[in-house]
Amino acid sequence: MLETLSQPWPWYVSGAVIALIMVIMLFFGKSFGFSANLRIICSACGAGKHVPFFDFNWKNQLWNILFLVGAVLGGWISSTFLSTGEAVQISQATIQDLQQLGFSAPQGMQPEELFGMESLLSFKTIALLLGGGLLIGFGSRYAGGCTSGHAISGLSDLQWPSLVAVIGFFIGGLIMTFLLYPLIF
Amino acid sequence: MKGLKFILTGILFGIVMSKSEAISWYRIQEMFRFQSFHMYGIIGTAVVLGVIAVYFIKKYKMRDYQGNLITFTPKEKSVPRYLFGGIIFGLGWALVGACPGPLFVNLGYAYWPILIAIFGGLVGTYLYGVLRDRLPH
Repeated sequence: MLETLSQPWPWYVSGAVIALIMVIMLFFGKSFGFSANLRIICSACGAGKHVPFFDFNWKNQLWNILFLVGAVLGGWISSTFLSTGEAVQISQATIQDLQQLGFSAPQGMQPEELFGMESLLSFKTIALLLGGGLLIGFGSRYAGGCTSGHAISGLSDLQWPSLVAVIGFFIGGLIMTFLLYPLIF
Repeated sequence: MKGLKFILTGILFGIVMSKSEAISWYRIQEMFRFQSFHMYGIIGTAVVLGVIAVYFIKKYKMRDYQGNLITFTPKEKSVPRYLFGGIIFGLGWALVGACPGPLFVNLGYAYWPILIAIFGGLVGTYLYGVLRDRLPH
């Protein structure tokens, strides 16, 4: 059993479990949307004193922070008990494309070039992670949601604004991948 | 412990996202390069099953565990905020290779430099709050 669970899970299992998580949250009387946590954390840190956007009763949203804590624990459980340490099985074409940008073939879940401890010594990598995070935080709040809130919850409810957001996600992702990556790496 | 159920659901989320490699920068690159079906399969399956589930929840007027009718708040109808915000988000998603959920799952995976991206995410969220009234929505 543990051995089976330790193998990479196929996409249809993953997709079904993610839909299940959305339904579970609905039955808990909440909605599935992760990026709201960033706003909640800002508010909990006192940002509401200066900026009205963060002036709300964040304590009512603690359930979402608990979900976040669970997500961190889930990552830890996966890496500690359910991992074979195998490299991510991406396609050969992607490996070749990424090699041309200076990334070695996968050795684990993430590239050492970006997420290894040595990347903390590189000003460029720190700037990329900081800048990337900034775009994620700004963009998700501007769009009113991220992949969970729009692509999963919003599309499931057939909300067309969520479709606009998801199209935006892809426009941005394609610009970064095809136009900016060759300039950055 | 009323909150335990949210922690447990979050744990399930963290496990499924990491075991299906959806938290991997490599998988996100593969997706944006259209070189594998994997990520499209994950999102596609979730959306198809999600649409069916929401349809039945509405049709049979299902209630949550406290007996309240499950309702869905319609997103405000406009284009600019979703398009511009979405593009900005997509730029960051492709650069870091993680959206907000996976940022934190990666933290549990002990990829410590992701903390820099999480910090960036908080700064970005704060900046949005500051600039909100000056942006087209």
